[in-house]
Amino acid sequence: MKKYIGNISLVLLMTFALSAHAALDIEITGAGEHQIPVSIVPFAGEDLLSQKISDVIASDLKRSGMFRLVDTAGKTPHETSEVVYADWSAADALTIGSASKLADGRVEVKFRLLDTHKQSQMLGQSVVARMDQVRAIAHRISDLIYEKFTGDAGVFSTRIAYVNKDGGMYRLVVADSDGYGEQSVLTLKHPIMSPSWSPDGSHLAYVTFEQGRAVTYIQSLYTRQRFVLAAFPGSNSSPAWSPDGKQLAIVLTREGNSNIYLVRPDGTGLKRLTYTDAIDTEPSFSPDGRYILFASDRGGSVQIYQMPVDGGFAERLTFEGNNNFSPRYSPDGNGFVYMYSTGGQFYIATMDFQTRQMQVLTDVGWDKKPSFAPNGKIILFATESLGRGILATVSSDGRVKQKMTPQQGDIREPMWGPFLK
Amino acid sequence: MKKISFSLLLISLLSACASDKPADVAQAPAAEAQQPAAQETAPAQQTAQATAPVATDALEDPNSILSKRSAFFDFDKSVVKEEDKPVVQAHGQYLKEHADRTVEVQGNCDERGSSEYNLALGQRRADAVKKMLVVSGAGAKQVTTVSFGEEKPRATGHNEAAWSQNRRADIAYK
Repeated sequence: MKKYIGNISLVLLMTFALSAHAALDIEITGAGEHQIPVSIVPFAGEDLLSQKISDVIASDLKRSGMFRLVDTAGKTPHETSEVVYADWSAADALTIGSASKLADGRVEVKFRLLDTHKQSQMLGQSVVARMDQVRAIAHRISDLIYEKFTGDAGVFSTRIAYVNKDGGMYRLVVADSDGYGEQSVLTLKHPIMSPSWSPDGSHLAYVTFEQGRAVTYIQSLYTRQRFVLAAFPGSNSSPAWSPDGKQLAIVLTREGNSNIYLVRPDGTGLKRLTYTDAIDTEPSFSPDGRYILFASDRGGSVQIYQMPVDGGFAERLTFEGNNNFSPRYSPDGNGFVYMYSTGGQFYIATMDFQTRQMQVLTDVGWDKKPSFAPNGKIILFATESLGRGILATVSSDGRVKQKMTPQQGDIREPMWGPFLK
Repeated sequence: MKKISFSLLLISLLSACASDKPADVAQAPAAEAQQPAAQETAPAQQTAQATAPVATDALEDPNSILSKRSAFFDFDKSVVKEEDKPVVQAHGQYLKEHADRTVEVQGNCDERGSSEYNLALGQRRADAVKKMLVVSGAGAKQVTTVSFGEEKPRATGHNEAAWSQNRRADIAYK
């Protein structure tokens, strides 16, 4: 135990149940340029758990496209003393560990990440948690491994939100970033649009048609309570939180055309930002909170513009394509992702603020609503496969692609959530 | 260390609350929402009921131009097409003659473009039809507008045949 960095005891206040099965089937294509070869050895005792920790870690690392899994060839060391480093020279690193049930019903998970070349320990940790948190622990281990090798924070523990339309039913869903643990936040017989995460991940703002027109709500993911953010005459839509969580940008038609406003999360302090006869919509705050990206057809076609957060001059940023929609800043603020439309098709593209170069990342031609993972390395979007709406991701360099097909229904309007701090 | 335990705690909290009583929360808003749904899906029926005592109402005559309640649009456009103008103008005239009647103009879009842009475009289409209704004699207060964007397609295919049906504004009598 001394060799472990620490021992964490989790205080677990409430019960929750994980979905027994994946809600999504996942297909991965492509690979990172320099994949890190790693071996994930099955953990001792993990057969007794609802999920095998080593499977979850292996799946996470593989999906990232940054790692190549090296077969363990049936060898199963669980302690450092059992590792014969010569056996593992095909891998740069090796993960070993164990899971054991404690007397109080909880489980203790120990893991070590070993450098096979230096023959030394890179990471070591022990976590005590409830049995139904095993998957979350595995994701955290994946995050640590990912960060150790890439220098970027892992996003395996983060969550995503999307709308699942199945027949006439609309469900607002929150799930783990790998599609497991799907939980319905809201179920309606009316369309749900535009889920937007609060910066701390505690609330979702979204739009529904349950009042006969587009009305924006905010809902707590902890208490499940929800309230109306904006229900002015006309449409109330496209909510986007400021980075400090103290206000939202929102689109209203109360004074005619769609214009962008700011409002506080309690619905007060409404302030109009744009004053055009055109459509101004899909606002997104820059990470420093100083600027807003949005889509507008003020120039004839729909293009991406940027303006200061207090309104004023809006600079046009996109010039290629018939129309461009749905801009979202990258987490570092150095660029943005958007939906690029050309020849009646829709693709996910990014643009760099410095070079003003665009890069088209997808090729399905029906790719919508992109958002960055909070580490900026992956982009989540909605696309179509065999006539069904599905989730997809693409690495921000365009190399690794993933499709996640729901077991039922059409997936729309995905949005990647923030790091949980 | 602290970071991990706190994150896990948050995850558990979030998950816990999310699954605490999903049925209750899910059903309540759905039930609340049922009424507007019924209204939206059966405007014709409702109109028929409302006007049943007036047997001579032109709105009920299947041969009347008033039996048509939709104006269609070209892709990304919000100009009422030439062939649909007589329909809209006839409803404007009818509303002028029936000052007690009110309509909701419901703008719709095909699924191309972003859902939020289409919500805005649907509003612009509804507004274009409202403008023509008012020019044709309807009082501005007789006409309200709403946009359903791409959310309530009449036709569900992913082709021009479906899209052309969905680029539409409907005149729904209340």
